[in-house]
Amino acid sequence: MTPLLELRDLRVHIPTEDGVVRAVDGVSYTVEESRTLGVVGESGSGKSVTALTIMGLTKASGAEITGEILWRGENLLEVSEKRLREIRGDEIAMIFQDPLSSLHPFYKVGKQIVEGIRAHRDTSKAAARDKAVDLLDLVGIPDPHKRVDQYPHEFSGGMRQRAMIAMALANDPNLLIADEPTTALDVTVQAQILALMERLQKETGTAILIITHDLGVVAEMSDEIAVMYSGRVVERAPTAAIFAEPQHPYTLGLLGSIPRLTDDREAELVPIAGRPPSLINPPSGCHFSPRCPYVREAHTRVDPELRAVGEGGQHTVRCLLTEPTRRAIWRELRAGGSPEDVRERVTLESDLPPGSEREPASEQAAST
Amino acid sequence: MGRYIIRRLLWSILVVLIVTALTFLVFFVIPSADPARVRAGRQPTPQLIAQIRHQLHLDQSVPNQYLYYMKRLVFHFDLGTSYATQSSVKSGIFSRLPVTFSLAIGAVIIWFLSGVFVGIVSAVRRRSILDRVAMGGALLAISAPIYWLGLVSLYLFDDTIGKVHIFNAFGTYTPISQSFSKWLGALILPWLVLSASFAAVYARLLRGNLLDTLGQDYVRTARAKGLTEVRVVLRHAVRSAITPIVTVLGLDLGLLLAGNTILTETVFNMQGVGRYAYNAIQGSDLPVIQGTVVFGTLFIVAMNLLVDIGYAFLDPRVRYT
Repeated sequence: MTPLLELRDLRVHIPTEDGVVRAVDGVSYTVEESRTLGVVGESGSGKSVTALTIMGLTKASGAEITGEILWRGENLLEVSEKRLREIRGDEIAMIFQDPLSSLHPFYKVGKQIVEGIRAHRDTSKAAARDKAVDLLDLVGIPDPHKRVDQYPHEFSGGMRQRAMIAMALANDPNLLIADEPTTALDVTVQAQILALMERLQKETGTAILIITHDLGVVAEMSDEIAVMYSGRVVERAPTAAIFAEPQHPYTLGLLGSIPRLTDDREAELVPIAGRPPSLINPPSGCHFSPRCPYVREAHTRVDPELRAVGEGGQHTVRCLLTEPTRRAIWRELRAGGSPEDVRERVTLESDLPPGSEREPASEQAAST
Repeated sequence: MGRYIIRRLLWSILVVLIVTALTFLVFFVIPSADPARVRAGRQPTPQLIAQIRHQLHLDQSVPNQYLYYMKRLVFHFDLGTSYATQSSVKSGIFSRLPVTFSLAIGAVIIWFLSGVFVGIVSAVRRRSILDRVAMGGALLAISAPIYWLGLVSLYLFDDTIGKVHIFNAFGTYTPISQSFSKWLGALILPWLVLSASFAAVYARLLRGNLLDTLGQDYVRTARAKGLTEVRVVLRHAVRSAITPIVTVLGLDLGLLLAGNTILTETVFNMQGVGRYAYNAIQGSDLPVIQGTVVFGTLFIVAMNLLVDIGYAFLDPRVRYT
């Protein structure tokens, strides 16, 4: 069966005055019908640019886009602007991080929803308005008859995001892309919005692609998680596997930097050292190597590819350490060791795992 | 909303009061011939001067005189009598108003439409050759003074003195009630000259605002909804970008109606309010200067009030602050 959405080696290279920004540099992932994929990564990891590219909203920046975005088998990078417009807001809808700046300040909330409906459905204004009221009701906005005629600035932050979700769901999309949907909201409101999205997914059967820098946000919602770093996916696995047996040192770092209720209260959170890599001149070899606590000399020369971990091929990772070593590191970290201690204790193989000493042609081009 | 309007209205009245008081004061501070003596004719008797002085309330205290002045202004819109022509300033202004109105309103329409059009095209096609040509032209239009542009256009296109005889623009203003075609013919060149720099400023202003709003999150949302690009640009980006420009438009129109058409009227020899003020300044005709200032203030304040109220309609966020 063709997946709902499949990205194949997507690259978005944006020319700037300082050089070409490799915002997305070979991303592949799939979203299945009615399932949820969580994409996690820090700022500048390319997760939002990937989402905007799926919507066809990065073309105007003059970006060079290669690879494939298969929407039910149809490559969105090759379809006409008209077809793309039909898909946007109808088959694929999107909500954004800051609901206040994402709603037009001069138009009533109801009017903005009606506009989205009438862009795709041949309905009267009155019918579209009724639908808007129903949608506001559906997303849990009290008094929707009154709210439909109010302006965004009369809504609270959480209500605005609910309104955005209502707008996104207006045409019963098959996929809802949520780009940091809770980042700009209070913690209590965050939980409400996530619960709302889960409920709506059950009711409407829409697939969700949720993008966040917060592993906690996707832990409950997602069926699968893709961890992005430096414009690529560095680890991809079913949600349970990411938390039970994470493989990539970056994922380990992300897990180490979130507080857990079961931890000792005195236990310190471990930040990931260093800064996000430059997307114009990425580090040679493994892009995470400058920040990796377990780096070997050879890792700065060879750029790893995504490789399957264990059986089934559902868990993939882009790392040059061997699987036993990665498991050992995770064991030691869970036992409470700091990355420095763990580095001492785990014997790191000095050599590369067999078969990885093969520099892909594209990477040689990148380093020149 | 009602309270907002009332508040703006009260402020406007206060501004008018302050301006009338200031112009009145200037009237007294500026040294000039004794108004009573000026009116009394040649070799007047002291009795006659005293009599006129009494008629004009000049023998009273300054605050009392201001009260008389305001009473005449408020109840009869009486702006006094010109020294030079001995005729009423009010009728002097009103008889010239159609000229200034025709000039200003026509120019406003031209510069607003062309400025907005060029601004949108330049912003949407930014860094294209079209954009560069338009913005270069705008810079030229802003830099060219009206009197220079006016003279050049007369030299090139005027019916009698021009190289190419197209418009009969020099001193041929005809009321629209007499002949629409003559009215139009006499005004086209002044309109273009007056609107050139305004159109350029508006185009640059809108282009800048639009580049800003095109990058806003809500424009991205509009695109994500699957709207057509025309709708995204016009209904979402331009709608926000044009709001500050509409307010500037109101103020500019107020200024023009208040007599800032002075250069254009002078170059094209049109007898408008600006020309009236210009002549008064040359002849130290204080009542006319004072009258045109007060009259102009009324226009500017009224337009300002309209702009404030209009802004609340254009930007719903204003209504609640």
